[in-house]
Amino acid sequence: MFIQLVVSGLLLGCIYSLISMGLSLIWGVMGIVNFAHGAFVMLAMYAAYYGDQLLRIDPLLFTPVAIVLLFLLGVIVYQIIIQYVVDGPYVSRLLATFGLGFFLINMAQFLWSPNFRTIKESMVHGVWKIGTVMIELPKLASSLGSILVAALVFLFIRKTRTGQAIQAISADKMGAALMGINLKRIAAFSFGLGIACAGAAGSLLATFYYIFPDVASLFGLIALVAVALGGFGSVEGAFLGALILGLVETLGGYYVDPNWKYALMFLIYLGIVLVRPQGLLGRGKV
Amino acid sequence: MLEIVNLKAGYRGVPALQGVTLEVHKGEIVGIIGSNGAGKSTLIRAISGLIKPTEGTITFKGTRIDTLPSHEIVRLGIIQVPEGRHLFGKQTVEENLKLGAYLIKDEKKIKDNLEYVYSIFPILKERKKQRAETLSGGQQQMLAIGRGLMSNPELLIVDECSLGVAPIVVEEIFKILKTINSQGTTIMLVEQKVHEALELAHRAYVLQTGRVVMHGTGEELLKSELVQKAYLGI
Repeated sequence: MFIQLVVSGLLLGCIYSLISMGLSLIWGVMGIVNFAHGAFVMLAMYAAYYGDQLLRIDPLLFTPVAIVLLFLLGVIVYQIIIQYVVDGPYVSRLLATFGLGFFLINMAQFLWSPNFRTIKESMVHGVWKIGTVMIELPKLASSLGSILVAALVFLFIRKTRTGQAIQAISADKMGAALMGINLKRIAAFSFGLGIACAGAAGSLLATFYYIFPDVASLFGLIALVAVALGGFGSVEGAFLGALILGLVETLGGYYVDPNWKYALMFLIYLGIVLVRPQGLLGRGKV
Repeated sequence: MLEIVNLKAGYRGVPALQGVTLEVHKGEIVGIIGSNGAGKSTLIRAISGLIKPTEGTITFKGTRIDTLPSHEIVRLGIIQVPEGRHLFGKQTVEENLKLGAYLIKDEKKIKDNLEYVYSIFPILKERKKQRAETLSGGQQQMLAIGRGLMSNPELLIVDECSLGVAPIVVEEIFKILKTINSQGTTIMLVEQKVHEALELAHRAYVLQTGRVVMHGTGEELLKSELVQKAYLGI
Protein backbone atom coordinates (compact mmCIF):
# COMPACT_ATOMS: atom_id res chain seq x y z
CA MET A 1 0.00 0.00 0.00
CA PHE A 2 2.84 2.35 0.88
CA ILE A 3 4.34 2.09 -2.62
CA GLN A 4 0.91 2.60 -4.10
CA LEU A 5 0.52 5.84 -2.14
CA VAL A 6 4.00 7.06 -3.02
CA VAL A 7 3.31 6.47 -6.70
CA SER A 8 -0.04 8.29 -6.54
CA GLY A 9 1.56 11.10 -4.58
CA LEU A 10 4.35 11.58 -7.08
CA LEU A 11 1.91 11.53 -10.01
CA LEU A 12 -0.14 14.24 -8.35
CA GLY A 13 3.02 16.10 -7.36
CA CYS A 14 4.17 16.30 -10.98
CA ILE A 15 1.04 18.19 -11.96
CA TYR A 16 1.34 20.47 -8.91
CA SER A 17 4.94 21.06 -10.00
CA LEU A 18 3.93 22.47 -13.32
CA ILE A 19 1.46 24.88 -11.69
CA SER A 20 4.06 25.92 -9.12
CA MET A 21 6.74 26.45 -11.72
CA GLY A 22 4.61 29.12 -13.37
CA LEU A 23 4.01 30.84 -10.06
CA SER A 24 7.72 30.77 -9.22
CA LEU A 25 8.66 32.13 -12.63
CA ILE A 26 6.31 35.09 -12.27
CA TRP A 27 7.58 35.81 -8.77
CA GLY A 28 11.20 35.67 -9.92
CA VAL A 29 10.78 38.09 -12.79
CA MET A 30 8.39 40.68 -11.37
CA GLY A 31 8.17 40.10 -7.64
CA ILE A 32 4.47 39.39 -7.84
CA VAL A 33 2.81 36.56 -5.97
CA ASN A 34 0.11 35.66 -8.43
CA PHE A 35 -2.88 34.91 -6.21
CA ALA A 36 -4.96 34.43 -9.36
CA HIS A 37 -2.78 31.52 -10.46
CA GLY A 38 -5.30 28.86 -9.48
CA ALA A 39 -8.02 30.73 -11.34
CA PHE A 40 -6.04 30.34 -14.56
CA VAL A 41 -5.75 26.60 -13.91
CA MET A 42 -9.54 26.58 -13.49
CA LEU A 43 -10.10 28.54 -16.71
CA ALA A 44 -7.94 26.07 -18.60
CA MET A 45 -9.96 23.21 -17.12
CA TYR A 46 -13.16 24.77 -18.44
CA ALA A 47 -11.51 25.43 -21.78
CA ALA A 48 -10.53 21.76 -21.96
CA TYR A 49 -14.05 20.78 -20.87
CA TYR A 50 -15.68 22.76 -23.64
CA GLY A 51 -13.02 21.56 -26.06
CA ASP A 52 -14.15 18.06 -25.21
CA GLN A 53 -17.90 18.81 -25.20
CA LEU A 54 -18.18 21.06 -28.21
CA LEU A 55 -15.21 20.20 -30.39
CA ARG A 56 -14.64 16.59 -29.31
CA ILE A 57 -10.97 17.20 -28.64
CA ASP A 58 -9.53 15.10 -25.85
CA PRO A 59 -8.11 17.21 -22.97
CA LEU A 60 -4.70 15.63 -23.42
CA LEU A 61 -4.59 16.74 -27.02
CA PHE A 62 -6.17 20.05 -26.08
CA THR A 63 -3.14 20.87 -23.90
CA PRO A 64 -1.14 22.69 -26.64
CA VAL A 65 -4.22 24.76 -27.40
CA ALA A 66 -4.64 25.56 -23.71
CA ILE A 67 -0.99 26.59 -23.54
CA VAL A 68 -1.40 29.06 -26.40
CA LEU A 69 -4.73 30.42 -25.13
CA LEU A 70 -3.52 30.91 -21.59
CA PHE A 71 -0.22 32.41 -22.75
CA LEU A 72 -2.15 35.04 -24.69
CA LEU A 73 -4.51 35.60 -21.78
CA GLY A 74 -1.49 36.04 -19.50
CA VAL A 75 0.07 38.65 -21.79
CA ILE A 76 -3.25 40.51 -21.99
CA VAL A 77 -3.66 40.46 -18.19
CA TYR A 78 -0.11 41.78 -17.88
CA GLN A 79 -0.84 44.61 -20.30
CA ILE A 80 -4.12 45.72 -18.74
CA ILE A 81 -3.43 45.10 -15.03
CA ILE A 82 -0.04 43.85 -13.93
CA GLN A 83 2.20 46.41 -15.61
CA TYR A 84 0.49 49.18 -13.66
CA VAL A 85 1.11 47.61 -10.26
CA VAL A 86 4.51 46.03 -10.84
CA ASP A 87 6.41 49.04 -9.50
CA GLY A 88 3.78 49.89 -6.93
CA PRO A 89 3.77 49.12 -3.22
CA TYR A 90 3.57 45.49 -2.12
CA VAL A 91 -0.05 45.78 -1.04
CA SER A 92 -1.24 46.92 -4.44
CA ARG A 93 0.62 44.09 -6.15
CA LEU A 94 -0.98 41.66 -3.77
CA LEU A 95 -4.48 43.04 -4.07
CA ALA A 96 -4.39 43.25 -7.86
CA THR A 97 -3.87 39.53 -8.36
CA PHE A 98 -6.05 38.65 -5.36
CA GLY A 99 -8.89 40.69 -6.84
CA LEU A 100 -8.36 39.20 -10.26
CA GLY A 101 -8.59 35.71 -8.79
CA PHE A 102 -11.88 36.54 -7.05
CA PHE A 103 -13.23 38.06 -10.21
CA LEU A 104 -12.38 35.04 -12.33
CA ILE A 105 -13.84 32.55 -9.85
CA ASN A 106 -17.07 34.49 -9.56
CA MET A 107 -17.23 34.98 -13.30
CA ALA A 108 -16.93 31.21 -13.70
CA GLN A 109 -19.76 30.65 -11.23
CA PHE A 110 -21.90 33.12 -13.11
CA LEU A 111 -21.15 31.70 -16.55
CA TRP A 112 -20.92 28.02 -15.83
CA SER A 113 -22.65 27.58 -12.42
CA PRO A 114 -20.89 26.19 -9.35
CA ASN A 115 -21.77 22.61 -10.31
CA PHE A 116 -19.16 19.89 -10.62
CA ARG A 117 -18.45 18.69 -14.12
CA THR A 118 -16.30 15.84 -15.33
CA ILE A 119 -15.08 14.67 -18.66
CA LYS A 120 -16.68 11.27 -19.02
CA GLU A 121 -14.21 9.29 -21.00
CA SER A 122 -10.72 10.50 -21.73
CA MET A 123 -8.85 8.74 -24.52
CA VAL A 124 -6.47 7.33 -21.95
CA HIS A 125 -8.40 5.29 -19.41
CA GLY A 126 -8.15 2.20 -17.31
CA VAL A 127 -5.64 0.99 -14.79
CA TRP A 128 -2.18 -0.40 -15.15
CA LYS A 129 -1.27 -3.10 -12.64
CA ILE A 130 2.31 -3.72 -11.64
CA GLY A 131 2.25 -6.33 -8.88
CA THR A 132 0.11 -4.84 -6.16
CA VAL A 133 0.55 -1.27 -7.40
CA MET A 134 -2.26 0.13 -9.49
CA ILE A 135 -1.59 3.11 -11.66
CA GLU A 136 -4.55 4.99 -13.02
CA LEU A 137 -3.61 5.70 -16.59
CA PRO A 138 -5.31 9.11 -16.91
CA LYS A 139 -3.24 10.33 -13.97
CA LEU A 140 -0.11 8.81 -15.43
CA ALA A 141 -0.73 10.50 -18.78
CA SER A 142 -1.33 13.86 -17.09
CA SER A 143 1.80 13.51 -14.99
CA LEU A 144 3.96 12.62 -17.95
CA GLY A 145 2.44 15.53 -19.86
CA SER A 146 3.27 17.84 -16.94
CA ILE A 147 6.84 16.61 -16.79
CA LEU A 148 7.20 17.13 -20.52
CA VAL A 149 5.88 20.70 -20.40
CA ALA A 150 7.93 21.53 -17.31
CA ALA A 151 11.08 20.16 -18.95
CA LEU A 152 10.45 22.23 -22.05
CA VAL A 153 9.93 25.39 -20.00
CA PHE A 154 13.07 24.61 -18.01
CA LEU A 155 15.13 24.11 -21.16
CA PHE A 156 13.70 27.29 -22.62
CA ILE A 157 14.78 29.28 -19.57
CA ARG A 158 18.26 27.74 -19.54
CA LYS A 159 19.10 27.65 -23.21
CA THR A 160 17.47 30.48 -25.13
CA ARG A 161 18.37 34.14 -25.32
CA THR A 162 14.97 35.15 -23.92
CA GLY A 163 15.37 32.55 -21.19
CA GLN A 164 18.75 34.01 -20.26
CA ALA A 165 17.13 37.43 -20.06
CA ILE A 166 14.42 36.01 -17.79
CA GLN A 167 17.11 34.62 -15.47
CA ALA A 168 18.99 37.91 -15.60
CA ILE A 169 15.94 39.92 -14.55
CA SER A 170 15.19 37.47 -11.73
CA ALA A 171 18.77 37.85 -10.48
CA ASP A 172 19.25 41.59 -10.90
CA LYS A 173 16.72 43.93 -12.42
CA MET A 174 19.00 46.94 -12.68
CA GLY A 175 21.81 44.85 -14.14
CA ALA A 176 19.38 43.47 -16.72
CA ALA A 177 18.16 46.94 -17.70
CA LEU A 178 21.76 48.04 -18.22
CA MET A 179 22.26 45.16 -20.66
CA GLY A 180 19.59 46.63 -22.90
CA ILE A 181 16.94 44.10 -21.88
CA ASN A 182 13.45 45.54 -22.28
CA LEU A 183 12.12 44.80 -18.81
CA LYS A 184 8.46 45.33 -19.65
CA ARG A 185 8.52 43.12 -22.70
CA ILE A 186 10.28 40.26 -20.91
CA ALA A 187 7.95 40.65 -17.92
CA ALA A 188 4.90 40.42 -20.19
CA PHE A 189 6.35 37.35 -21.83
CA SER A 190 7.19 35.75 -18.48
CA PHE A 191 3.72 36.41 -17.13
CA GLY A 192 2.31 34.74 -20.24
CA LEU A 193 4.68 31.81 -19.84
CA GLY A 194 3.83 31.40 -16.16
CA ILE A 195 0.11 31.44 -16.92
CA ALA A 196 0.69 29.01 -19.81
CA CYS A 197 2.16 26.55 -17.27
CA ALA A 198 -1.02 26.87 -15.23
CA GLY A 199 -3.00 26.40 -18.45
CA ALA A 200 -1.17 23.22 -19.44
CA ALA A 201 -1.70 21.82 -15.95
CA GLY A 202 -5.41 22.73 -16.05
CA SER A 203 -5.97 21.00 -19.35
CA LEU A 204 -4.10 17.90 -18.16
CA LEU A 205 -6.01 17.86 -14.87
CA ALA A 206 -9.30 18.06 -16.71
CA THR A 207 -8.87 14.44 -17.85
CA PHE A 208 -9.59 13.09 -14.39
CA TYR A 209 -10.32 15.93 -11.95
CA TYR A 210 -13.64 17.52 -11.06
CA ILE A 211 -14.15 20.81 -12.85
CA PHE A 212 -15.80 23.54 -10.79
CA PRO A 213 -15.09 27.25 -10.19
CA ASP A 214 -13.70 26.91 -6.69
CA VAL A 215 -11.11 24.38 -7.78
CA ALA A 216 -9.11 27.57 -8.38
CA SER A 217 -8.69 28.25 -4.67
CA LEU A 218 -7.37 24.77 -4.01
CA PHE A 219 -4.78 24.74 -6.78
CA GLY A 220 -3.79 28.33 -6.14
CA LEU A 221 -3.14 27.57 -2.51
CA ILE A 222 -1.25 24.36 -3.24
CA ALA A 223 0.99 26.13 -5.74
CA LEU A 224 1.63 28.94 -3.28
CA VAL A 225 2.60 26.53 -0.53
CA ALA A 226 4.76 24.47 -2.91
CA VAL A 227 6.67 27.56 -4.01
CA ALA A 228 7.09 28.86 -0.47
CA LEU A 229 8.19 25.39 0.62
CA GLY A 230 10.72 25.01 -2.17
CA GLY A 231 11.94 28.58 -1.95
CA PHE A 232 10.65 31.66 -3.75
CA GLY A 233 12.54 32.39 -6.93
CA SER A 234 13.86 28.85 -7.35
CA VAL A 235 12.13 26.92 -10.12
CA GLU A 236 13.81 23.70 -8.98
CA GLY A 237 12.63 24.40 -5.45
CA ALA A 238 9.05 24.81 -6.62
CA PHE A 239 9.29 21.44 -8.33
CA LEU A 240 10.59 19.77 -5.17
CA GLY A 241 8.01 21.51 -2.98
CA ALA A 242 5.20 20.33 -5.21
CA LEU A 243 6.38 16.70 -5.15
CA ILE A 244 6.52 16.83 -1.36
CA LEU A 245 2.97 18.18 -1.23
CA GLY A 246 1.73 15.43 -3.54
CA LEU A 247 3.27 12.82 -1.25
CA VAL A 248 1.91 14.41 1.90
CA GLU A 249 -1.52 14.56 0.35
CA THR A 250 -1.74 10.85 -0.48
CA LEU A 251 0.23 9.47 2.46
CA GLY A 252 -1.42 11.79 4.97
CA GLY A 253 -4.83 11.13 3.49
CA TYR A 254 -4.40 7.41 4.01
CA TYR A 255 -2.45 7.08 7.25
CA VAL A 256 -4.01 9.96 9.13
CA ASP A 257 -7.40 10.88 7.77
CA PRO A 258 -8.60 12.02 4.34
CA ASN A 259 -10.23 15.05 5.94
CA TRP A 260 -6.89 16.12 7.34
CA LYS A 261 -4.78 15.84 4.21
CA TYR A 262 -4.76 19.56 3.39
CA ALA A 263 -4.24 20.48 7.01
CA LEU A 264 -1.21 18.19 7.00
CA MET A 265 0.17 19.80 3.87
CA PHE A 266 0.03 23.21 5.47
CA LEU A 267 1.41 21.89 8.73
CA ILE A 268 4.48 20.50 6.95
CA TYR A 269 4.83 23.81 5.18
CA LEU A 270 4.64 25.72 8.47
CA GLY A 271 7.21 23.38 9.99
CA ILE A 272 9.69 23.87 7.19
CA VAL A 273 9.40 27.62 6.89
CA LEU A 274 9.78 27.99 10.63
CA VAL A 275 13.15 26.27 10.41
CA ARG A 276 14.10 27.54 6.95
CA PRO A 277 12.18 30.74 6.13
CA GLN A 278 13.78 30.98 2.68
CA GLY A 279 12.39 27.55 1.76
CA LEU A 280 14.28 24.38 0.92
CA LEU A 281 16.21 25.68 -2.08
CA GLY A 282 15.50 29.39 -1.68
CA ARG A 283 18.05 32.08 -2.21
CA GLY A 284 16.88 33.91 0.84
CA LYS A 285 15.35 36.88 -0.93
CA VAL A 286 11.72 37.31 0.01
CA MET B 1 29.48 63.33 -27.88
CA LEU B 2 27.60 63.54 -24.58
CA GLU B 3 26.22 66.86 -23.46
CA ILE B 4 24.49 67.44 -20.17
CA VAL B 5 22.88 70.82 -19.53
CA ASN B 6 21.54 72.03 -16.19
CA LEU B 7 20.56 68.54 -15.06
CA LYS B 8 18.45 68.28 -11.93
CA ALA B 9 17.29 65.03 -10.41
CA GLY B 10 16.48 63.57 -7.05
CA TYR B 11 14.78 60.85 -5.09
CA ARG B 12 11.29 61.41 -3.70
CA GLY B 13 11.69 65.15 -3.91
CA VAL B 14 15.11 65.25 -2.26
CA PRO B 15 17.38 66.88 -4.84
CA ALA B 16 20.62 65.05 -5.50
CA LEU B 17 21.65 66.97 -8.61
CA GLN B 18 21.11 70.71 -8.60
CA GLY B 19 21.94 71.75 -12.13
CA VAL B 20 24.89 69.86 -13.54
CA THR B 21 26.40 70.88 -16.89
CA LEU B 22 29.17 68.86 -18.45
CA GLU B 23 30.31 67.36 -21.70
CA VAL B 24 32.28 64.37 -22.87
CA HIS B 25 34.09 64.40 -26.20
CA LYS B 26 34.75 61.43 -28.39
CA GLY B 27 37.90 59.53 -27.45
CA GLU B 28 38.27 61.06 -23.99
CA ILE B 29 38.52 59.61 -20.54
CA VAL B 30 36.48 61.95 -18.38
CA GLY B 31 36.66 61.61 -14.63
CA ILE B 32 33.79 62.41 -12.29
CA ILE B 33 35.06 62.75 -8.78
CA GLY B 34 33.53 63.71 -5.50
CA SER B 35 32.80 62.27 -2.10
CA ASN B 36 29.94 60.05 -1.07
CA GLY B 37 26.59 61.71 -1.65
CA ALA B 38 27.96 64.29 -4.07
CA GLY B 39 25.54 63.05 -6.72
CA LYS B 40 27.90 61.00 -8.89
CA SER B 41 25.75 57.91 -8.96
CA THR B 42 22.58 59.92 -9.49
CA LEU B 43 24.23 61.59 -12.46
CA ILE B 44 25.07 58.36 -14.23
CA ARG B 45 21.79 56.73 -13.28
CA ALA B 46 20.11 59.61 -15.07
CA ILE B 47 22.37 59.13 -18.11
CA SER B 48 21.44 55.43 -18.27
CA GLY B 49 17.74 56.21 -17.88
CA LEU B 50 17.40 54.44 -14.54
CA ILE B 51 15.94 57.62 -13.05
CA LYS B 52 14.19 60.45 -14.83
CA PRO B 53 15.65 63.93 -14.37
CA THR B 54 13.28 66.64 -13.18
CA GLU B 55 14.95 69.35 -15.26
CA GLY B 56 17.67 69.78 -17.85
CA THR B 57 18.70 67.78 -20.87
CA ILE B 58 21.03 64.93 -21.76
CA THR B 59 22.04 64.71 -25.40
CA PHE B 60 24.07 61.91 -26.95
CA LYS B 61 25.37 62.37 -30.50
CA GLY B 62 22.63 64.88 -31.15
CA THR B 63 19.78 62.76 -29.76
CA ARG B 64 18.00 63.69 -26.56
CA ILE B 65 18.12 60.65 -24.33
CA ASP B 66 16.74 61.90 -21.02
CA THR B 67 13.25 60.72 -21.89
CA LEU B 68 14.25 57.31 -23.25
CA PRO B 69 13.98 54.00 -21.36
CA SER B 70 17.24 52.26 -20.40
CA HIS B 71 17.23 49.65 -23.15
CA GLU B 72 16.95 52.35 -25.83
CA ILE B 73 19.90 54.19 -24.32
CA VAL B 74 21.95 50.98 -24.37
CA ARG B 75 21.02 50.55 -28.02
CA LEU B 76 22.50 53.98 -28.78
CA GLY B 77 25.84 52.84 -27.40
CA ILE B 78 26.00 54.07 -23.81
CA ILE B 79 26.92 51.23 -21.48
CA GLN B 80 27.17 51.54 -17.74
CA VAL B 81 29.26 49.24 -15.57
CA PRO B 82 27.40 49.90 -12.34
CA GLU B 83 28.74 50.29 -8.85
CA GLY B 84 28.39 46.98 -7.04
CA ARG B 85 28.73 45.26 -10.41
CA HIS B 86 25.17 43.90 -10.60
CA LEU B 87 26.26 40.60 -12.10
CA PHE B 88 23.91 37.68 -12.62
CA GLY B 89 25.34 35.52 -9.86
CA LYS B 90 23.76 32.16 -10.64
CA GLN B 91 24.63 32.36 -14.32
CA THR B 92 28.02 31.39 -15.66
CA VAL B 93 30.76 33.83 -16.59
CA GLU B 94 30.12 33.19 -20.27
CA GLU B 95 26.35 33.58 -19.90
CA ASN B 96 26.95 36.92 -18.18
CA LEU B 97 29.15 38.04 -21.05
CA LYS B 98 26.64 36.93 -23.66
CA LEU B 99 23.93 38.90 -21.87
CA GLY B 100 26.20 41.90 -22.35
CA ALA B 101 25.68 41.41 -26.08
CA TYR B 102 21.92 41.02 -25.65
CA LEU B 103 21.07 43.56 -28.35
CA ILE B 104 23.46 42.09 -30.92
CA LYS B 105 21.74 39.61 -33.22
CA ASP B 106 24.77 38.59 -35.27
CA GLU B 107 26.19 35.37 -33.73
CA LYS B 108 29.56 35.89 -35.39
CA LYS B 109 29.86 39.36 -33.88
CA ILE B 110 29.01 38.04 -30.42
CA LYS B 111 31.72 35.40 -30.79
CA ASP B 112 34.28 37.97 -31.91
CA ASN B 113 33.44 40.22 -28.97
CA LEU B 114 33.70 37.26 -26.61
CA GLU B 115 37.18 36.48 -27.92
CA TYR B 116 38.10 40.15 -27.57
CA VAL B 117 36.99 40.24 -23.93
CA TYR B 118 38.79 36.96 -23.23
CA SER B 119 41.95 38.43 -24.73
CA ILE B 120 41.77 41.40 -22.37
CA PHE B 121 40.79 39.33 -19.34
CA PRO B 122 42.28 35.83 -19.82
CA ILE B 123 41.15 34.83 -16.33
CA LEU B 124 37.54 35.06 -17.49
CA LYS B 125 38.21 32.49 -20.20
CA GLU B 126 39.63 30.12 -17.60
CA ARG B 127 36.55 30.61 -15.45
CA LYS B 128 33.95 30.76 -18.20
CA LYS B 129 31.89 27.80 -16.93
CA GLN B 130 31.87 29.01 -13.33
CA ARG B 131 28.98 30.84 -11.76
CA ALA B 132 29.66 34.56 -11.55
CA GLU B 133 29.06 34.59 -7.79
CA THR B 134 32.01 32.23 -7.23
CA LEU B 135 34.55 34.73 -8.59
CA SER B 136 36.71 36.94 -6.38
CA GLY B 137 35.92 40.65 -6.10
CA GLY B 138 38.54 41.64 -8.65
CA GLN B 139 37.46 38.97 -11.11
CA GLN B 140 33.85 40.04 -10.70
CA GLN B 141 34.83 43.59 -11.53
CA MET B 142 36.64 42.35 -14.63
CA LEU B 143 33.55 40.39 -15.59
CA ALA B 144 31.39 43.48 -15.14
CA ILE B 145 33.68 45.52 -17.39
CA GLY B 146 33.96 42.66 -19.88
CA ARG B 147 30.19 42.35 -19.96
CA GLY B 148 29.99 46.07 -20.67
CA LEU B 149 32.40 45.72 -23.58
CA MET B 150 30.39 42.92 -25.20
CA SER B 151 28.09 45.35 -26.99
CA ASN B 152 30.82 47.50 -28.57
CA PRO B 153 29.97 50.57 -26.51
CA GLU B 154 30.76 54.02 -27.79
CA LEU B 155 30.66 55.44 -24.29
CA LEU B 156 31.56 53.23 -21.36
CA ILE B 157 30.58 54.57 -17.97
CA VAL B 158 32.50 52.88 -15.18
CA ASP B 159 31.11 53.52 -11.71
CA GLU B 160 33.36 52.94 -8.69
CA CYS B 161 35.22 50.02 -10.21
CA SER B 162 37.79 50.12 -7.43
CA LEU B 163 35.27 49.42 -4.68
CA GLY B 164 36.04 46.18 -2.85
CA VAL B 165 38.93 45.35 -5.16
CA ALA B 166 42.53 44.83 -4.08
CA PRO B 167 44.79 47.84 -4.93
CA ILE B 168 47.00 45.79 -7.23
CA VAL B 169 43.97 44.66 -9.20
CA VAL B 170 42.67 48.22 -9.36
CA GLU B 171 45.93 49.21 -10.98
CA GLU B 172 45.51 46.44 -13.52
CA ILE B 173 41.92 47.43 -14.25
CA PHE B 174 42.91 51.08 -14.74
CA LYS B 175 45.63 49.99 -17.14
CA ILE B 176 43.09 47.99 -19.11
CA LEU B 177 40.69 50.95 -19.20
CA LYS B 178 43.48 53.00 -20.70
CA THR B 179 44.03 50.35 -23.38
CA ILE B 180 40.34 50.14 -24.16
CA ASN B 181 40.26 53.91 -24.50
CA SER B 182 43.24 53.96 -26.83
CA GLN B 183 41.33 51.50 -29.02
CA GLY B 184 38.56 54.04 -29.47
CA THR B 185 36.06 53.68 -26.63
CA THR B 186 35.18 56.89 -24.83
CA ILE B 187 35.17 56.41 -21.07
CA MET B 188 33.49 58.19 -18.21
CA LEU B 189 35.14 57.21 -14.97
CA VAL B 190 33.30 57.76 -11.72
CA GLU B 191 35.68 57.30 -8.84
CA GLN B 192 36.33 57.88 -5.19
CA LYS B 193 39.99 57.02 -5.69
CA VAL B 194 40.63 60.59 -6.75
CA HIS B 195 44.37 60.46 -7.29
CA GLU B 196 44.36 57.42 -9.56
CA ALA B 197 41.32 58.66 -11.45
CA LEU B 198 42.85 62.07 -12.14
CA GLU B 199 46.07 60.50 -13.35
CA LEU B 200 44.13 58.42 -15.84
CA ALA B 201 41.56 60.99 -16.97
CA HIS B 202 42.13 63.54 -19.71
CA ARG B 203 39.64 65.86 -18.07
CA ALA B 204 37.60 65.67 -14.92
CA TYR B 205 34.70 67.28 -13.11
CA VAL B 206 34.52 67.68 -9.35
CA LEU B 207 31.03 67.22 -7.93
CA GLN B 208 29.99 68.58 -4.54
CA THR B 209 26.45 68.46 -3.18
CA GLY B 210 24.97 68.01 -6.63
CA ARG B 211 26.92 70.73 -8.40
CA VAL B 212 30.03 70.87 -10.54
CA VAL B 213 32.41 72.96 -8.44
CA MET B 214 35.44 72.63 -10.64
CA HIS B 215 36.60 71.13 -13.86
CA GLY B 216 39.79 70.95 -15.86
CA THR B 217 42.41 68.53 -17.08
CA GLY B 218 43.47 65.75 -14.76
CA GLU B 219 46.79 67.44 -14.18
CA GLU B 220 45.25 70.83 -13.37
CA LEU B 221 42.91 69.29 -10.84
CA LEU B 222 45.68 67.29 -9.20
CA LYS B 223 47.50 70.56 -8.61
CA SER B 224 44.47 72.56 -7.49
CA GLU B 225 44.10 73.51 -3.89
CA LEU B 226 40.48 72.37 -3.69
CA VAL B 227 41.22 68.83 -4.83
CA GLN B 228 44.37 68.54 -2.77
CA LYS B 229 42.62 69.69 0.39
CA ALA B 230 39.29 68.00 0.02
CA TYR B 231 40.19 64.70 -1.60
CA LEU B 232 43.88 64.03 -1.42
CA GLY B 233 44.46 65.14 2.13
CA ILE B 234 47.58 67.09 1.21
